[in-house]
Amino acid sequence: MRRLLNATVLIEILRPLGQIAVFVAGAGLILSALMLGMAVLLRGSTVDATTMKNYGVDLFTYTLVNLPQVLIDGVTIGFVYAAIALGYTMVYGVLEFINFAHSEIFAIGAFVGVEVLIALDNSGRLDGIPYTMAYFWLFLAVLAAMVAAGATAVAMERIAYRPLRGAPRLVPLISAIGVSFFLQDAIRLIESLTTGQFHRIIPTFGNFDQQISLASLYIVGTKIDLVMQVKSVIVIVSAIVMVVGLNYLVNATKLGKAIRSVAQDRVTANLMGINVNRIIAMTFLIGGTLGGAAGVLFALKFTRIDPFVGFFPGLKAFTAAVLGGIGNITGALLGGLVLGMLETFSGSYLSVFTMGAFGAEYKDILAFAILILVLIFRPSGLLGEQVGQKA
Amino acid sequence: MNKGLLNQFSQQAHTLLAELKKSKNATIFILAYLAIGTIWVYLSPRSLLAFLLFISSAILIYYLPLTTRFKIGLSAVMLLVLVPILGVRNIFYLEVIFQISVFAALALGLNIVVGFAGLLDLGYVAFYAVGAYLWAFFGSQQPYLLYEIPGTAPPGTPFLLPADMFYLFMFLGIILAAFTGILLGLPVLRLRGDYLAIVTLGFGEVIRVLANNLDKPLNITNGPQGITPIQRPSLPEPLLNALRAVLNPIVGHNVTEGEFYNLFFYLLALLVILVVIVVVRRLDDSKIGRAWIAIREDETAAIAMGIPLVRLKLAAFAAGASFAGVMGVLFAASRTFVSPESFSFMQSIGVLSMVILGGLGSIPGVIVGAAVVIILNLQVLQGLSLYLSQLRQSDAVIPIINFAWKNLSTQLDPAKYQRMLFGIILIVMMIYRPAGLIPAERRKRELTREEILENEELHPDGGDAPNPTGQSTSGEAKHGAA
Repeated sequence: MRRLLNATVLIEILRPLGQIAVFVAGAGLILSALMLGMAVLLRGSTVDATTMKNYGVDLFTYTLVNLPQVLIDGVTIGFVYAAIALGYTMVYGVLEFINFAHSEIFAIGAFVGVEVLIALDNSGRLDGIPYTMAYFWLFLAVLAAMVAAGATAVAMERIAYRPLRGAPRLVPLISAIGVSFFLQDAIRLIESLTTGQFHRIIPTFGNFDQQISLASLYIVGTKIDLVMQVKSVIVIVSAIVMVVGLNYLVNATKLGKAIRSVAQDRVTANLMGINVNRIIAMTFLIGGTLGGAAGVLFALKFTRIDPFVGFFPGLKAFTAAVLGGIGNITGALLGGLVLGMLETFSGSYLSVFTMGAFGAEYKDILAFAILILVLIFRPSGLLGEQVGQKA
Repeated sequence: MNKGLLNQFSQQAHTLLAELKKSKNATIFILAYLAIGTIWVYLSPRSLLAFLLFISSAILIYYLPLTTRFKIGLSAVMLLVLVPILGVRNIFYLEVIFQISVFAALALGLNIVVGFAGLLDLGYVAFYAVGAYLWAFFGSQQPYLLYEIPGTAPPGTPFLLPADMFYLFMFLGIILAAFTGILLGLPVLRLRGDYLAIVTLGFGEVIRVLANNLDKPLNITNGPQGITPIQRPSLPEPLLNALRAVLNPIVGHNVTEGEFYNLFFYLLALLVILVVIVVVRRLDDSKIGRAWIAIREDETAAIAMGIPLVRLKLAAFAAGASFAGVMGVLFAASRTFVSPESFSFMQSIGVLSMVILGGLGSIPGVIVGAAVVIILNLQVLQGLSLYLSQLRQSDAVIPIINFAWKNLSTQLDPAKYQRMLFGIILIVMMIYRPAGLIPAERRKRELTREEILENEELHPDGGDAPNPTGQSTSGEAKHGAA
């Protein structure tokens, strides 16, 4: 008990919680202010008139009325990205290597979790069960996904990356792309051989699809109900647990110390008696298990998965990691939140602001635009410190 | 100094003599090999084995100790006479060879970027798409459909340009793609290698999303449906008739216009490859080529030697992109149809796996890589699919485990598992042979020279030219690709 209340421990748990609150509030406020500012600037323009014609309200009101819901959705997606980005950032922090196949680790997690739930559903264990049991089974599915994804990540490191350590940096990257492609088709092969199809849908059970009414707001005379699905709450809570847990692990445990030392200087860490290979495998294991859990959360939120489901979330999560400062856990969180919000903002407002010329379909390339901008103007990311290139 | 020169000269004379002695046998051998391959393919146009035998003679021509002039002559006969005849006889092979040549040209372009300059470009197909959409837009009715909803072309819409503007657009494709390459390169080339890879990947996706969605506000790309019909350059009727008089009796049926078009685009692709090879070879030994290699090997050292880094990287990007651009124009015309699906990330990785398989920076390697990947893709995987579906229809069972082929899932269709193929190629090559099947000439040269020097120390009279392959693998594994 005394150890648990140790000051550093408390700080390492509380600090990320505080950061999360600051990031969510900060990113939300800045983006909302930007949108509202744009709406004010465009007052009286053709855009304003078009909105008036289509929705019966002027642009500013439209923006304002939709804002709360957009923010809630943005935060949810942001946490999904942040959870995936943790895996990229862990591996990059230690090896300076983009684990391109992390998106497939994520997909494997999603598939294992969903298959477990489908198997439970088929055996009738999910019919009319109390909510506590529903949460228990979901937790079990997440656990299974974490085990499978972690094991795959470790195997992948052992087979495809370890022999290439010390080679020029593009060599393991190309190998990682190969692993990513291989795993995509491997998932497809296994799924289609065992189930005859490779699109899977998570069974509906428990109260995950229910809407919680958070509050009712009165903005400029309209009543807005702020709603949130139960599963969004689950996603956010799990992602927060993951971030806090990982932060604790890296900054307050002995293993974390070893990981940080390997990240700083592999040779010296080896001389200090740290088994570098084991630590690197551990890094992949941690990143993989987090990715697997994120996969199930993703499946829960978006219900439908296929073997290529990891590609876009993976790229966006990578963008989030770079945006926040790759190698930095809180950076991944911030990047994920900012990216998730930007994406929902563009998804809901782009069409209105461009009078329907560009719609939500462009939100996928928004991430790349951000990635390019960040890399040009601040390659170390929002929170990353300037680091030299490792030899 | 003088003695060294004399030594070298005498050694060269020796090896030349030895080659000439051997080459008599080699000449007979290769002629026989090619003849057998040709006759076999001619007699049984459906046999995969025959086709492989025929195609592999190209590699033999490259490797056997023959005089350069004879090699070029024989390759010309093979590519310009035998392939068209056999190709028209079985149009599927012409398609395979056309695909090989298109992708060989693409891979040679990518090879400049990845193999020479060491910049990993994962969105290479984007430049291909730029070229393809350039001619697709101007060579179709699309300019008159800007305000139409996709798929509602009014009948009788004219074409904007005459079909023979195609040739001009091949050059415009080069320029536009190079320009796009520079535009993308300017902001991102300062980035470190792995970031650059992800950004180019993103760029490839951006181009694809644009192609998919630029059907509004102005209908430029016709959205996911793609643009069709796209014009092909006209082939003069008298020429076709003259060719028919020669070809018809040989191939045994009346050669249709479509088959002539296939031949025409195949020859055009060959021409592009020839140009690419000449350019790349000249570049390889030029100041620019050496600067690229310096950048690839060590950026910091290259800067220290006064190499203008960004400018040269831009040049590599533009050169690689321009080849993709011209192939894009050619592709659009040959298919008379383009859609965003042809320019997916998988295509980029496909081209990359050809380069990696063949050997980064190696011209013959890259061509062989393209041929192997295409043959695996179009012939072996599809052949396996066909074989499996035949097995499924039969009553055969696997003996020991008593598994009836009938029960095999129809989902097991090897032709659809290209990603797995590309993935395995990339992983295995990176781990076991990062320099590729046919390592770049420069590396080989460096290694051989070292060994010649060693040999000279051991036997001052100069021995036979040593075979570097035994020791090269470990050395290359260390220097690595890229």
